[in-house]
This record gives sequence, C-alpha cells and structure tokens, in this order.
Amino acid sequence: MSTIGTGYDLSASQFSPDGRVFQIDYASKAVEKWGTVIGLRGKNGVVLAVEKIITSSLHEPDAGGRIFTIERNIGMAVAGLMADANYIADIARQEAANFRQQFEKPIPLKHLCDRVSGYIHAYTLYSAVRPFGISVLLASWDETDGPQLYKIEPSGSSFGYYACASGKAKQQAKTEMEKFKFAEMDTETLVKRAGEIIYRVHDELKDKNFRFEMGLVAQETQGTHCINHELYTLSARNAGESAKDDDDGSDNEGPQ
Amino acid sequence: MLNNYQSSGYPLWSNGPTPGGFYNFTGGQQTHKLPSELVTEGPYGTKRNTSSITTGSSVLGIRFDEGVMIAADTLVSYGSLARYQDIHRVFKINNNIILGGSGDFADIQSIKRNIDQKMIEDQYYDDQITMKPKELSSWLTRVLYGRRSRMNPLYIDVVVGGVDKQGVPFLGNVDLRGRAYEDYVVATGFARHLALPLVRERKPADRDFTAQEASDLIRKCMEVLYYRDTRNMSKYTVGVCTTSNCLVEGPYNVNENWTFAANIKGY
Repeated sequence: MSTIGTGYDLSASQFSPDGRVFQIDYASKAVEKWGTVIGLRGKNGVVLAVEKIITSSLHEPDAGGRIFTIERNIGMAVAGLMADANYIADIARQEAANFRQQFEKPIPLKHLCDRVSGYIHAYTLYSAVRPFGISVLLASWDETDGPQLYKIEPSGSSFGYYACASGKAKQQAKTEMEKFKFAEMDTETLVKRAGEIIYRVHDELKDKNFRFEMGLVAQETQGTHCINHELYTLSARNAGESAKDDDDGSDNEGPQ
Repeated sequence: MLNNYQSSGYPLWSNGPTPGGFYNFTGGQQTHKLPSELVTEGPYGTKRNTSSITTGSSVLGIRFDEGVMIAADTLVSYGSLARYQDIHRVFKINNNIILGGSGDFADIQSIKRNIDQKMIEDQYYDDQITMKPKELSSWLTRVLYGRRSRMNPLYIDVVVGGVDKQGVPFLGNVDLRGRAYEDYVVATGFARHLALPLVRERKPADRDFTAQEASDLIRKCMEVLYYRDTRNMSKYTVGVCTTSNCLVEGPYNVNENWTFAANIKGY
C-alpha cells in the first residue's frame, strides 16, 4: 500500500497531505475481512442478519454471536473485530441504561446512535488510541417512531438507512438490496429477503461453512428484540437455502 | 460547651468509631457514607431521614390454583392528604412476575427502576432464562437487608408473585428490613389486619382457591379496605399472573354502598 512508509499512518491524530487519516482507512479494511452483515428496514420492523463464518469445527454453534441486545427494543449487529464489538455493545448498553435511568423510557434510536457514534469518533482523534475496527448496525422498532435502522462506520460517522450492509460482500449485498422496496415490506417477507441475500452473497469457495444468524425487532415481536427467533429464523434459512439452490441450478443450465 | 473537654488529656475512646458511626472491621470495606445532603451532622453523630413522605397504602396478594393475583388501590398519599389518585402500584415485571408496592412511593419507584434494568440485562444474555418470582423475592431480601444494615433502609413493603418455569405459583412478601415469607395470602399495611382474616376464613382446607374465588375475595377485600382504612380509595388495580398470561388489569371501582350510613349514630 502506498500509505506505508510515508509516516502518516502511524497515528490517528495526524492527517496525510491528501487529507486522510490512514488509521481510519485501515480500520475500514479490517471490517471488510469479516462475514457480511445486513440490516433491512421494513414496514413494521427491522431485521438484522449475519453471515457468521465458522472458523473451526470445534466451536459451539452459538459461539461468537455477532448480534446483541442493547435495550428491550434495540438490536445491534456488527462486522469487525469481535473484541471491539463486545466493548461497544457494553458502551451502548450503558448509554441506554443511563437514558432510562434519567427519563424512565427507552432511548430513541436516534439518540443512542448519536451517543455511540460520538464515542467511536473520539477514538479517531488521538495518537494514543486506535479507531474501532467495527461497523455497527443499530435497529429498533417502537410504537411512536416505527422501524429505525442506523449504521455507524469506524470513522464515527452514522446514517439512517432503509437497508444497509457491511463486511466481506458489502457491495454484492447492496446490489441485491437495490432490487427491492423494503419500506413497504411486511415482516414475514422482510425476513425471507434477509435470508436470501445472506445465502446468495456467501462465497462458498473462500469460506466453506457459515451460520445464518438473525436479530428481529418488529410489531410482531411486541417491540422486543429477539435473537434467532425460532420461527422467523427458520423461515429465513429456508428462503436462503432455496434461493441458493435456484442460483446453482441456473448456473448449471449454461454451457459447462 | 464542654463537648470536647478531656480532663485526663487522653482520648476516652480511641481506635473506635465516632459516636453514632460504625466499626471498621479488619478486611471489611470502608464504612458507607451518605451524601451530605441526606444527613444532618450533629455533635454526637448523624441524623438520617427516617420517615416516608409520599406513601402507598395496603397491597393484597392471593395465590390460587394456577397463579396469583395482587391488588392495590391507586392512591398515593402525602401524609393524610389524598395527593395522587391515579397511580398504579401493581406492576408487571416480566412474563412470570408481578409486584405490588406499598410504603414510600419514591422508594418503590427507585427499586422498580432497578428491577426494570435487571430485566433488560436478563435479555442481554439471550439464553431463554428469565427471572422467576422466587428469585426476585430473594434478591429483594438481600437489597433491603443490605440497606437496613447500612442504616439507610428503603421504606417499602412489597408483595411479589408469579409462576415459575413449572407453572407453580409463588406469592411472598418482603419488608423494609428484608424479612420475607410466603403464603397463599399475603398483605401489607392495613390489609394485614382487615383483609388477611377475611381471606383466611374462606380458605377451603383441602384445596387452593380458584381464580374466580380469588378475584371475588380481592373485590370484597378492596371494598372493606376502602370503608375502613382512611388512606385507601375506591379505585384499584389487579395484577394477575398465570402460566398463560401476566398482566395488570383495571382500574376497577369497589361496590360502594353508603345506605348503612344513615343508621350510624353517636359519633
């Protein structure tokens, strides 16, 4: 990489002459090494889905979960260094608890996103620290605000989305997403689309095994964030499996 | 004027706590000190607040064959003034637990916030294990006993009820000192005097109450409490927890009947 050896990539507290903070670029690179994570915002809920790549057959199936519950109605999915992710989950939970303590109501996702992204941003300003090597998806549903979906980058910048993706197959996932209008989609379909996208973008040649994991917060779950909800996850996995089979089938039709 | 006068020249009391303070046992933590706004420093120690301000009156809980019911009126008094008349004092904690609180209402709100946060922390672990009423009751005894040991009790008397994983109902009471007991009927405040005997005399010896019996008894008892306890009012809520559902119902109104009043003489 051209950045190496120039000296501008040694700390997060210095710009390079062309206006970049290389430590942030490296953090984003780190995120791209990790299994794809997507978030879809539908009519009555939000689904978070993760392609959890299984690195060892000795792991338990639920080990290294990348979806977290932050509040009763707030879920978080992460692509990136899991140690950083666990720490940020803890920070987010503290912020949510702090808000609840003060106002006796759950934190609106907009505010939580502001607080967490502010925290992540602070780690891009000083030479003594490194930026977080994670991309964070935050999802919530409640009666007043409806479905909400935000993504925070390692730089600390955040946006609200109808659908977003991070990790290995971010680009492919975005291409898949652009085919749909999620804003009018019911939860049942939304969950299936999530399954289809994750199974489609999974690269079997590079990574053999993966586990589809899902977080769901919707009207249908009474505004509770559920990790791997039994029925919905099964429906998503089935939809994913059959989408993958269809793709494989169409590939075989062409000249070998 | 002679408070600090020492004729012998030696301190009368060394290596001990200040008057009104606590011993520091070896290996123990530092003594707990309250923020200065909560205590009044005096020459012989500190004075703490020892009375409640806004209070909720009785809570009554009845266990029946497949669950529990907890009722409390919707009044929160300020001394003898009926200050807040539409306050729920029975809460759903999670799908297995309901809780009724009496005593200092600020302390009830405080402990309720703590419990609510615990329920969210329960959800973090994503292990399909949720807190059961017996566990909450046990936790409350530790918190309340800890507070009383630090001479800073929470002025509350709570009724905890619900069903466990096997669907077995639990009903218990924890008070401000951390004392606790379980029974098929528990009550706090005036209901202990007025409602307990009413429920006990109707208890069939060979079986539990049915939901209908429990519901009727609660209605009767809330009416009696309204008549006889000046810190009660006619509106009340009922928490019901069974294996199939857990919710707070109401507010309901008691059957008021004042026709007897005309016959009361001599007051």
